[in-house]
Amino acid sequence: MSATDNRFSGPGPDQIYSDFLREGVFSLPQCKDCHEFHFFPRVVCPHCGSFNLEWKELTGKGEVYSTTTVRRKPERGGNYNVCHVTLAEGPRLMSRVEGVDPLDVKIGDQVSAVIKNDGDSPFIVFVPAQGV
Amino acid sequence: MSHELRGSSAVVGVGLAGCGEAHGRAPLDILAEATHNALDDAGLKLSDVDGIFTGSSYHFMPALSTAEYLGIKPRFSDSSMVGGSSFVAHTLNAAMAIKTGQCDVALICYGSNQRTAGGKLATMSEQQIYEAPYKPRYPISSYALAAARHMHQYGTTREQMADVAVAARQWAQLNPAAFAREELTRQDVLNSRMISDPLSLLDCCLVTDGGGAVIMVSSERAKDFPNKPVYVLGTGTAHWHRQITQMPDLTTTAAVDAGKRAFAMAGLTKDDVDVVELYDAFTINTILFLEDLGFCAKGEGGAFVENGNIAPGGSLPVNTNGGGLSCVHPGMYGIFILIEAIQQLRGGCGARQVDNPEVALVNGNGGVLSSQVTTILGTEAVL
Repeated sequence: MSATDNRFSGPGPDQIYSDFLREGVFSLPQCKDCHEFHFFPRVVCPHCGSFNLEWKELTGKGEVYSTTTVRRKPERGGNYNVCHVTLAEGPRLMSRVEGVDPLDVKIGDQVSAVIKNDGDSPFIVFVPAQGV
Repeated sequence: MSHELRGSSAVVGVGLAGCGEAHGRAPLDILAEATHNALDDAGLKLSDVDGIFTGSSYHFMPALSTAEYLGIKPRFSDSSMVGGSSFVAHTLNAAMAIKTGQCDVALICYGSNQRTAGGKLATMSEQQIYEAPYKPRYPISSYALAAARHMHQYGTTREQMADVAVAARQWAQLNPAAFAREELTRQDVLNSRMISDPLSLLDCCLVTDGGGAVIMVSSERAKDFPNKPVYVLGTGTAHWHRQITQMPDLTTTAAVDAGKRAFAMAGLTKDDVDVVELYDAFTINTILFLEDLGFCAKGEGGAFVENGNIAPGGSLPVNTNGGGLSCVHPGMYGIFILIEAIQQLRGGCGARQVDNPEVALVNGNGGVLSSQVTTILGTEAVL
């Protein structure tokens, strides 16, 4: 077995993840052995321990798993939402729901991912899913 | 055939210092003062200590800084950092070190000046890049997300969470050393300023100064000391996540695992437990840990803590010093739950003394429900 492994050359998962987001693609590693997706992206599948992963684009669909409203004075920007969204593909991530009053975000809300390309660190937020 | 660590070591000294406000003190000053009090309590000198166990959010290499300050050159030292539960985990590490002859006198210690240094929660933590863009308030938003999910899944109410704070305050009113002792009603908690829904100001622990120290030796030596020894019967440590988003299920903590292993090592069950000290950084914690440790079924924690059931006079004494919610909470709280459990088993708790307890359970929490450490302590009668 070679001491060098091609899977471990090139950019790491944080870089690959944000490069995809910059191109407008929301993608995560999927394990070729157990078929689970995971978040945050790693070089190893945290479900089964396999290092055989491939990046796949996600549907962007998810459901609010938990939510909180961080209270902040209006002059400092006002209240905002922080939530956990369970993606249709399985993993859960922290995010926020936009386009809704933070106090109106509810567990179980169906949401869709939107990429925020904010300078050099793109990240995912969610909006209420259409037609649900 | 009992586990080889069961009852193999015992606590012979405890000390507290600077609880509340300790103006003009650095964290290690407070730690050293608590250490002095524990040494006094045990009839020992600093030169007797050969094992150091500590954690800190002020020092990058806590055991080194602490030993340097105290003038100790330890044979064994441990800076295992799993958050506020570290000190509870240290009882296992100290027991193993003592049993294998790595040290003879273990000092578990902590000190913090969080309140008088301005109140900000000190941390050396790296930024969590997949949470940072959303600016959750740290650590309250993590606990708020857990509370919200528990309310959704099990119907737990803000009123039930408020009753946790009320019970803690009632215990604090029996403790002259507690920081917050004014009357507190359920309505007071519900009316307090919301910070990160559903957690309001009075759902949160205090911000105080404080330090604590615990001294352990082998159980063979423990009888030679002035105080009634308190034996370490079983400890379990478990962690499944670091960041709240990675917690597999927001309603169940790794205490289900830590508790199970602590009980197994001790050869005891929850029915043997006379007094419980849980890390109540937030009101939801008490509910979660009582469920996960088996005192009630999953989802029934809200009903269990309601209406005084864990308050003085209730069916299960929980957080008898007043807890992090009303007694003391200087950033990391684990050493204080240990000390209260020990004091209860020694019979030294005055007005808040539980009637003849023989077994105490301590559950420490670290990070954001991340590290769970359960230790079971007992008197000689249970050996």
